[in-house]
Amino acid sequence: MTYIGTSISRVDGPAKVTGAAKYAGDTAASDLAYGAVVTSTIAKGRIATIDTGAALRIAGVLDVLTHENRPRMARRTAAYKDFVAPEQGSPFRPLYDDKILFSGQPIALVLAEEWEIARFAATLVRVEYEAEPFATDLQVERERAAAIEQPLKSRGDADKAYGDAAVRHEAEYFIPIEHHNPIELYVSTVLWDGDGKLTVHDKTQGVQNVRDYLCGVFSIKPDKLRVMSPFMGGGFGSGLRPQYEAPLAVLGAQALERSVRLVLTRQQMFALCYRPATIERLALGAQSGGTLESVSHEAIAVTSQYEDFFRNDSGWSGLLYKSANAKYGHRLAHVDLPTPSDMRAPGAATGVYGLECAMDELAVALKLDPIELRLRCYSDRDQHDDVPYTSKKLRECYRQGAAAFGWDRRNPEQRSMRDGSELVGWGMASGVWDAWQVDTAARIVLTANGHAEVASACSDIGTGTHTIMAQVAADLLGLPLEAVTVRLGDSTLPKAPVEGGSWLAASVSHAIAKTADEIRKELWQLAKAMPNSPLAASHLEDIALVDGRIIDKKGNGGGVPITDAMRHGRRDRLECETTNSFAEDKKHARNTHSAIFAEVKVDEELGVIRVTRVVNAVAAGRILNTKTARSQIMGAVVGGIGMALHEETLIDHTLGRMMNSNIAEYHVPVNADIHDIEVIFVDEPDEIINPLGIKGLGEIGIVGVAAAIANAIYHATGKRVRDLPITLDKLLP
Amino acid sequence: MINFQYARATDLADALRQIAAEPGAKFIAGGTNLIDLMKEDVERPPRLIDISRLPLREVEQTRHGGLLIGALVPNSDLAYHPLIERHYPLLASAILAGASAQLRNMASTGGNLLQRTRCYYFYDTATPCNKRTPGSGCAARYGVNRIHAILGTSDACIATHPSDMCVALAALDAQVHVAGPSGGRTLTFADLHRLPGTTPERDTNLAADEIITAVELPERGFAANYSYLKIRDRLSYAFALVSVAAALELEHGTIKEARLALGGVAHKPWRNVSAEAAMRGEPANRATFARAADAILRDAKGFAHNAFKIELARRAILRALSQAAAGTPQSQSVKKIR
Amino acid sequence: MARTRRKRPNGQTIPAPEKITISLTVNGAPRELAVAPWVTLLDALRERLGLTGTKKGCDHGQCGACTVLVDGRRINSCMTFAVMQDGAKVTTVEGLARDGTLHPLQQAFIDHDAFQCGSCTSGQLCSAAGLIAEGRASTVEEIRELMSGNLCRCGAYPNIVAAIQQAMERQRS
Repeated sequence: MTYIGTSISRVDGPAKVTGAAKYAGDTAASDLAYGAVVTSTIAKGRIATIDTGAALRIAGVLDVLTHENRPRMARRTAAYKDFVAPEQGSPFRPLYDDKILFSGQPIALVLAEEWEIARFAATLVRVEYEAEPFATDLQVERERAAAIEQPLKSRGDADKAYGDAAVRHEAEYFIPIEHHNPIELYVSTVLWDGDGKLTVHDKTQGVQNVRDYLCGVFSIKPDKLRVMSPFMGGGFGSGLRPQYEAPLAVLGAQALERSVRLVLTRQQMFALCYRPATIERLALGAQSGGTLESVSHEAIAVTSQYEDFFRNDSGWSGLLYKSANAKYGHRLAHVDLPTPSDMRAPGAATGVYGLECAMDELAVALKLDPIELRLRCYSDRDQHDDVPYTSKKLRECYRQGAAAFGWDRRNPEQRSMRDGSELVGWGMASGVWDAWQVDTAARIVLTANGHAEVASACSDIGTGTHTIMAQVAADLLGLPLEAVTVRLGDSTLPKAPVEGGSWLAASVSHAIAKTADEIRKELWQLAKAMPNSPLAASHLEDIALVDGRIIDKKGNGGGVPITDAMRHGRRDRLECETTNSFAEDKKHARNTHSAIFAEVKVDEELGVIRVTRVVNAVAAGRILNTKTARSQIMGAVVGGIGMALHEETLIDHTLGRMMNSNIAEYHVPVNADIHDIEVIFVDEPDEIINPLGIKGLGEIGIVGVAAAIANAIYHATGKRVRDLPITLDKLLP
Repeated sequence: MINFQYARATDLADALRQIAAEPGAKFIAGGTNLIDLMKEDVERPPRLIDISRLPLREVEQTRHGGLLIGALVPNSDLAYHPLIERHYPLLASAILAGASAQLRNMASTGGNLLQRTRCYYFYDTATPCNKRTPGSGCAARYGVNRIHAILGTSDACIATHPSDMCVALAALDAQVHVAGPSGGRTLTFADLHRLPGTTPERDTNLAADEIITAVELPERGFAANYSYLKIRDRLSYAFALVSVAAALELEHGTIKEARLALGGVAHKPWRNVSAEAAMRGEPANRATFARAADAILRDAKGFAHNAFKIELARRAILRALSQAAAGTPQSQSVKKIR
Repeated sequence: MARTRRKRPNGQTIPAPEKITISLTVNGAPRELAVAPWVTLLDALRERLGLTGTKKGCDHGQCGACTVLVDGRRINSCMTFAVMQDGAKVTTVEGLARDGTLHPLQQAFIDHDAFQCGSCTSGQLCSAAGLIAEGRASTVEEIRELMSGNLCRCGAYPNIVAAIQQAMERQRS
């Protein structure tokens, strides 16, 4: 392999650093109209009257759409159920009727010749509501939270074992509502192509998901609607489901019969989706030697009144630690907010935060080094299904991470390490995520000049999909990287899943590999048919594509140049599309793992916290591109620092409204907050999971980071803060 | 943002003529706060008078040994001005603690003085706010108020003034030169900003038809013993939870003159001259500083989420005065607190 | 539901604001355009001049994605009206490369993988160009502090700092 596993630079780098890369809001159109959204100011009730008269009087306003006059949309709620929608419930339908389900809900769309006109007119839409009582506070609603049915089965008798345990730890950990806040605003540019055809340039992590959704909602035939998103300015999960800018922009285009651009404001984005506020309840019982006897983990999280969103929060201990007795639960509190969504490592970022803080507290109670405790509980089997892993190099993560961090120099006493006026704390945590893989299609077009185009309808949300697709295709076709062009983010391309869950790298790579293999067969047949072919006696299984040539690994000589074989066979182009399916394997668990080590320095008097060092050692199978992979983990660590120290959406529960819905007051880390981050990829060959041994990296980098930092803060200060974010006021006595 | 008229003022007299001609008209210079608020529909001026090209960009030495800073000197130019760096490093440090490099390049000296609160409710037209809509109520008082004031609040408003620069200017006893239809006048810095009282819609004591032309610094710059310590929720580009401008003049370890101003705690930069007076003649040590902190915070009152600011302010005062006394002012780039 | 276009209500139409003609030099080229006063420099660049390299990330001076150089100084283009910049020289990300050769910062950003999704990148690059011109940052801490007005949600900060250091060193040598 020439490219796989190397650190080549992003193939889309030049487009991104020159401003040439066209994102959804960058598409030009000569007939472009602009939209601006009016949103609800109450949390629950109905629209009594909506008066658009003043808005319509503004010159340049083309129309104002509300639930009273919008073009037709599907009545069945099933039509609104996208690929990622929760099983239970009915999705929100923008501008559908007079019902208000959450504060910040879109209730009118102003369309104008210029965006400034639309924005002005939007302030003139007068709305009267019939308000109803609402609830937005998890701490109040937790008593009414209902248990969900979930597949995780309990083992043994966790309650009894907890009662019998020599050392016990029980606590609640809290994660507030967090918002993805990608830098790119949510935007849809709908091009009115005439003949009822629409091209929708949408900010999304799944063009085909948006296409299917829009086709269902508007009863449009799939060949009449194309969704494009070749560049996506950050998602972190917020773009998995179609967001309302897309259907509203289509409504606008249909109403005006012209192209429409709708950019949401940052404030409006806060009402799209979020990581649900969650209480993680942990109870761990251990023998004094440090082996777990009992694990109880229950999550209580918010969801909307209209959909049951939840992910696996409570089951991660079953993948990390041996315990004969375990009990898992998940309860949902229905509140008058939008439905939560996946946000980087959904379920794990929250659930493992609770688990890994609890493990740290248990280690303190046991007077054990936190790594030692984890090694004593180390599980070589997935205890939910009692199966081994395709690979699990978590021990190596602990070892290499600890060595790089210098963990052996840690004084286990709290408040024992200092740097002048600062207390120094060292903490660690484990991370775990799933290594999913999804059936995916890819197409390769190889032309006789030795150029290949590889295409799939997947997304590159900054993760580097363009680059790894080029690497895999170049290696498997034996072509130089420069001879490969990648197309993605176009719903007309071969079928691909949404980009999420860390499944895309493995999924699309194997789709390309399978397609490249078909190309290899065709080239071999062409080469064999040449007069005096050096490959005449060769066997397909010995044929490889290397350096632009078709070679026989068992034979002598240089084989046949690909271009010669194609020309001789009078083939200008070879085109092949296949769908790769992964074999079902119920005998193995598929997971990525990590060990995170964090150093904090805390000003003892003022509580100011600085995360001065993080080492994240990751075992995630074969790393396709060490440069972009390192960036991905590093960025996830930055996200974890935000989660630990900064991020919290503040809700005024008497208004039912998010108050810091901007990125000055919703704090994410800035450059000055980030110091040294070291990423280690532990060598983890995996011949079971899939032919290329790929696992995916999108989520694992953030899992456990907040716990490692919280544990470090405890080590530094002796103060255990269980509620995120750990702001300085929580450290003041 | 509402539709508004735009005109550029040709000179100061023209600016004053234009502002007098249309009620509700506003001056615009850097625009970094006004445009923000116009986009939120909080500010709705029918006319903007662009003063950004008026010749108010000089920093000159005064006859009294001080400095006269033109109202349109950009924040970054001021922070990096050699005379400011040398003689008023407290001011330079405070400016660099605020906003971002880009915003400091845009924001003007006069505009910084007139920036408005960051209270969430003030910014959100869907919620009650007496400052934005007099008589509508103060939602912050019983709402989300972690960032709000602990000193000088009223039933009508608990908002804070967001500026860092102003905290240093208050400590330095700056004066504000103003021009109006009936000529010029000079305000002490303490008289510029108001407490909310029953009229929180008024941030300052300037009349609607007046314009800030310059800020004057007296000779005393406290260049040897000063510190600007800003405590916030992240290490840069965030508004202060609490900030402290501390300045001392020492003679053999005894305090000859002391200045102490707080940011992030009140509707205006907060000073208490008796707390400062009590430090004079005392040794520059933590006991003295603790008494000063207690004095300046005596009437502090917290709300549901911001009571921590009282203790935080106390500690930050101790620290900043200690930094000032030691001649080791807080760096705005090295984040370890000295 | 039958689609009925809403009738324009009776009464006067409120006219759109009058446009003012301004001249800008954008990336070295003179550009003239007529804009209403409420058009920000950012929206003028993106929606009127077709220069979409400059990004809108918040529209409120909170993220730095819209950073451009005006008369050599880095500013947030979302926080100024285009009419206020009449006569100014504006450099956007599209104007950093010269004669088809990437600006040293652009190359350094690629070399150090100083971006992922790319939506803060134009602002980071223009901001870094401004930073270098200002000459106020030499240490890592100073670079971090003076680049803190540019949020990167993908978390590329360490790579951004490394890239800026590389470009600074190249410029020195």
